[in-house]
Order: sequence, then C-alpha cells, then structure tokens
Amino acid sequence: MATTTVSSDQHRSKFFWMATDALTITKRNLINYVRIPQSLVFSTIQPVMFVLLFRYVFGGAIGSETSKLGLSYVDYLMPGIFIQTIAFGSVQTGVGLAEDLQKGIIERFHALPMTRSAVLAGRTIADLIRNLVVIVIMIIVGFLVGFRIGTNIGEFLAGVGIALLFAYALSWFFALIGLAAPNSETAQVMAFPLLFPLTFASSAFVPVQTMPSWLRGFANHQPLSVAVNAARSLMDGPVAAHAAGSTTGDLAITAIIWCVVLLIIMIPLSVNIYRRRV
Amino acid sequence: MPTAIEVHNLRKTFKGGVRALEDVSFQVEAGTVFGLLGPNGAGKTTIVRILTTILPPDSGLAMIMGIDVTKSPQLARERLGLAGQAAAVDERLTGEENLFMIGRLNHLSKQVARTRSSELLHDFGLEHAAKRILSTYSGGMRRRLDLAAALVAQPPILFLDEPTTGLDPKSRNDLWEIIEKLLADGTTVLLTTQYLEEADRLATRIAVVDHGRVIAEGTPDELKASFGATVLELSFQDEGTAAKAQRTLGALASAPIQQLENRLELPVADGAATTVLVLERLLDEKINPTKINLREPSLDDVFLALTDQHPSDQEES
Ligand SMILES: Nc1ncnc2c1ncn2[C@@H]1O[C@H](COP(=O)(O)OP(=O)(O)OP(=O)(O)O)[C@@H](O)[C@H]1O
Ligand SMILES: [Mg+2]
Repeated sequence: MATTTVSSDQHRSKFFWMATDALTITKRNLINYVRIPQSLVFSTIQPVMFVLLFRYVFGGAIGSETSKLGLSYVDYLMPGIFIQTIAFGSVQTGVGLAEDLQKGIIERFHALPMTRSAVLAGRTIADLIRNLVVIVIMIIVGFLVGFRIGTNIGEFLAGVGIALLFAYALSWFFALIGLAAPNSETAQVMAFPLLFPLTFASSAFVPVQTMPSWLRGFANHQPLSVAVNAARSLMDGPVAAHAAGSTTGDLAITAIIWCVVLLIIMIPLSVNIYRRRV
Repeated sequence: MPTAIEVHNLRKTFKGGVRALEDVSFQVEAGTVFGLLGPNGAGKTTIVRILTTILPPDSGLAMIMGIDVTKSPQLARERLGLAGQAAAVDERLTGEENLFMIGRLNHLSKQVARTRSSELLHDFGLEHAAKRILSTYSGGMRRRLDLAAALVAQPPILFLDEPTTGLDPKSRNDLWEIIEKLLADGTTVLLTTQYLEEADRLATRIAVVDHGRVIAEGTPDELKASFGATVLELSFQDEGTAAKAQRTLGALASAPIQQLENRLELPVADGAATTVLVLERLLDEKINPTKINLREPSLDDVFLALTDQHPSDQEES
C-alpha cells in the first residue's frame, strides 16, 4: 500500500499553477494528437491539394490578374494558403473541446483543484503548436512549387507570426462554438458555414479587385483578408502592400489589432461559458 | 469524532423537471465509511456530484470538513478524491500518463506525482500495463485505474460511486482491502453501491435512499434488527401455489412478503412460534411447501422491504 506522504506544492503562487495546469492539459492534448496521426495527415493533405489546385489548375487564369499587381501567382497564393490552412486547423479547437465535454474525464477535472480555464487554455495552446507544425509543412510545400520570399527572413517570420496569432484568435472563436455545440460533429458542421465566406470571399486566392463591388467591401476588410494582406506584404514585399492599398506596417498593425481585440472578447466569454456549462 | 461530511436538506431538480433530490440530510463521522444504498435513479450519484462540487444544489447545505462546498469549492476540491460512476480517464494516454496528469492537476510536484503514480499502479495490480494506452485496457482494468486516480493526492475524503461495478471477485476483494487500509489511515469514505454485501462489509453506517429521500439510516446491524428477527423461506411446487400461499399468510408476516418465482420470503418477528402458525395455516388450506428454511435477515431483505413500500412509479432504469 502507498507510503509516500503527499503534500501539494502550496507555496507556489496561483499564477504558477495556472500556467502549469494549462501546460499539463496542453501536453495531454498533444499526446492525443500524436497518437492519432491521421488527424495531422488529413489536416495537411487537404491544403496540399489546395496548393496544387490553385497553383496549377486555376493559377493560369488568376495569374494574369496578379501579374497586373506585380506578383507571380504562386507568391500571391502561398501566404493566402498559410492563413486558410491554419484557419481550417483552428476549427479543431471547437471540435476537440466539444469532444472533451462529452467525455467522463471532464467530470473529474471539475472535481480537481486545477484551474478551470486550463481546459480551454491547454486546448488552444495545443492547437497553436499543431498549427505551427502544419504551417512549417506548408512552407516547405510552397518552396517546392516555386514560392520565393520577396523580403527578408525577419519579415517572413513576422508574417508567420501574424498567421499564428490569427490562428490563435480564431481558435478561441471556435472554442466558443465548441462550447455551444451539443457534440463534436455539430461543432464541425457549425464551423464551416462561418469559415467558408471568410476564406473564399477574401484576398486569399484572388485579388479582390476582380470581385463585384458589393462583395469587395466585405472581402477587403474582413479579418481573414486583413491577416492575409499583412502576411503577404511581410512575405512578398511592398508590392503586395500596395496592391492592398496600404503599407506593410499599417497592414501588420491592423492585423494585430484585429487579433488582439478578438482575443480580448473571446477569452473571457469562452471561460465564462465554460464555467457555467457543467 | 468530528464530522467529515454534512448534508442538510439538499434539494435538486434537473432541467425538464426531474426531482432528483427531494430532501436529503445525513452526517458522516471522520474516519468512517458511509454507504449510500438505493435503487436505480434514487439520487445517489446526484448527491455525490453535489458534494464533489460538480453540480450546484438548488437549496440546502453540503459541507466537507467544515467547508461549504458551494461557497468554497476550491478548498473542498483540495480535500476530496472522486471515482465517479463512469470511468473518467483519458483513453489515449497510458496508465502511467493518466495518473501523472491527475497528480499534476492536483498540484503535486513532478517527482511526487511520479512516485504516487508507480505506487498506485502497484497497489492496483496494473504495473504490467503501466505503459499501455488505455484503449487496450479491459473494463475492469480501466475501472481500477479510475479508482487509483481518485487516490493520487491522498485525499482525506473519498467519494466512490459504485466502485466495484464491473470488477471480478478478486479485484473486488482487493479493492475492499485497499478501502479498509485507507480507513485505518483515517480516510473518510462515502460509497454508493448496488451490492449489499459490500455495504455490509465496509460501511460503518448506511443510508437507504429512494426517490430523492433518505428512507432509513443506521448501522448495518441496526437496519437488520429494524427489519424483524428472522426470515422464513418457503418453497412450493410452482409460482401459482406460492402466490396462493402469499395471500393466505399475509397477516402473519411482520413486513411485506417477497415472492421470488416459487419461493416466498416471510419476515417474521418471532421465528419459531410464527413458523408453527404458518405451517398450521398452510395445512388448513391444503398447501404443501416443498422446502422450509429459517435464516437471519440480510441487507437485501431490508433493502427490498424498504424500497417496496414506496411504489416505484417515477423510477428510471
Ligand atoms: N443531468 C441530468 N439531467 C436530468 N436528469 C438527471 C440528470 N442526472 C440525473 N438525472 C435524474 O435524476 C434522478 C437521480 O439520478 P442519479 O443518477 O442521482 O441516480 P442514482 O441513484 O445514482 O442511480 P443509479 O443507481 O442508476 O446510478 C434520475 O431520475 C435521473 O434520471
Ligand atoms: Mg448513480
């Protein structure tokens, strides 16, 4: 029978345990992802198909439009693909959370002295790490199909940073949907009608100038386009910023503000709903 | 002895109008095992979920170690361990990873969490499966790991909701021994069970719950004594004869007669004397029993008699 005398590390600060709990749950979720490798394979196969489809099937037609802006289509496309891929990836946050809520283990979590919000924090952080892996794979795929950095490595990485920040903000948005959904299938189904207009009525794949005027306003200013424009300018150079009618700096700041505002609204909202949903 | 668990006038109605708890009160002395018995849907799990801060009550007071669980849930959680009715473990982690994770979430240091995890895997006979993913565990192994998880932080108060359901006789016995050792170390245990034998062996006191109320409470012996001194068992040729005998003998029993196919169980206040009367009456009616047996009452008898008095009209199964 057990002999070790247990006393919890009470002298640690509340903040220490908040962070530790979030990391413990992050680790649990990452192990879950690694043990079902299909999930990573599927979440990269689809974007790779998108790259091939747009680069080689639609690219010829759209390319004449982007060359008017001074960009080859593959350079125009890839930053859009990065954002689209991780935006779809962050749907997983809602799905995973809805799945968790159906499981018995959540009852145990509720009876433990752990920080309650760690379930949400650990879920979004694990998805951020997963998105980081996915974006690295997509960058390699991009280089293979002819994508080249038009700025420098520092700006390129800043562009990747904005993409990940945007993915993290979206994760919290989808967390909200996961908390509202009765099960993980519904969370998945609920996410797509929201994600589709954001992804395709955007500057991710085609220049918004080619869209009808009633759509252009939305397509130009909705958050996914803002993130794409910022990432594209940081990766391709001022030509891309000019095409979006702005400067790289302004685009980057606008994107960051969007993400921060989203986070400021979504985090407390999700945490509150999670606390109340027993 | 100080009071470890205290429940006063607990009420809970679920959305949709199911009145799970009508009015529940009881107290558990520190260092004892308290058994909650009751048919399916009686409200046992609801009581456990309220005491473990998972569910808020509509009204009433729930305290553990002097802490109001609704007012200070965090303090309460630091003092309790829970093994719920449904296994609450992560299917894709190994046994070891599960226990380590629960240890960390209980705010144990990494080293202590690791030590506790291997101690418990040993105690529950899961050492050989420590590094296997839970989806490869059998039902009983998963159940044992779930119980081990409740003990990681060595909580002074332990809630076990049907802990031995699904365990084989050996594992059940092992668990009883573990509970007895915990008791010797001063742990207070609240246990729900469907097995009266289990309650009889482990529980210091028992509350019988039915339709969200405590309908009887006492030590196992007190409950048996309240039932009547002895049980007269009579077997007949067939069910019809048994039913006829039941109608004839109704007035002689001290509590409702139970019929189990062709067998009758009569609670009788005065064993030998009543047996003579019963046989005389059967002779008058020309009913011949095939077997006669007089025995001490079991908790099953108490349970059946008590829960029978309340027609199970709203019972859920
Ligand atoms: N979340 C819920 N929503 C609605 N009704 C519920 C909920 N949980 C329990 N109930 C109802 O409350 C009553 C008491 O349920 P509870 O689970 O406490 O019973 P129990 O005594 O544990 O039964 P069992 O022996 O089957 O485990 C039942 O009628 C049940 O249907
Ligand atoms: Mg139950």
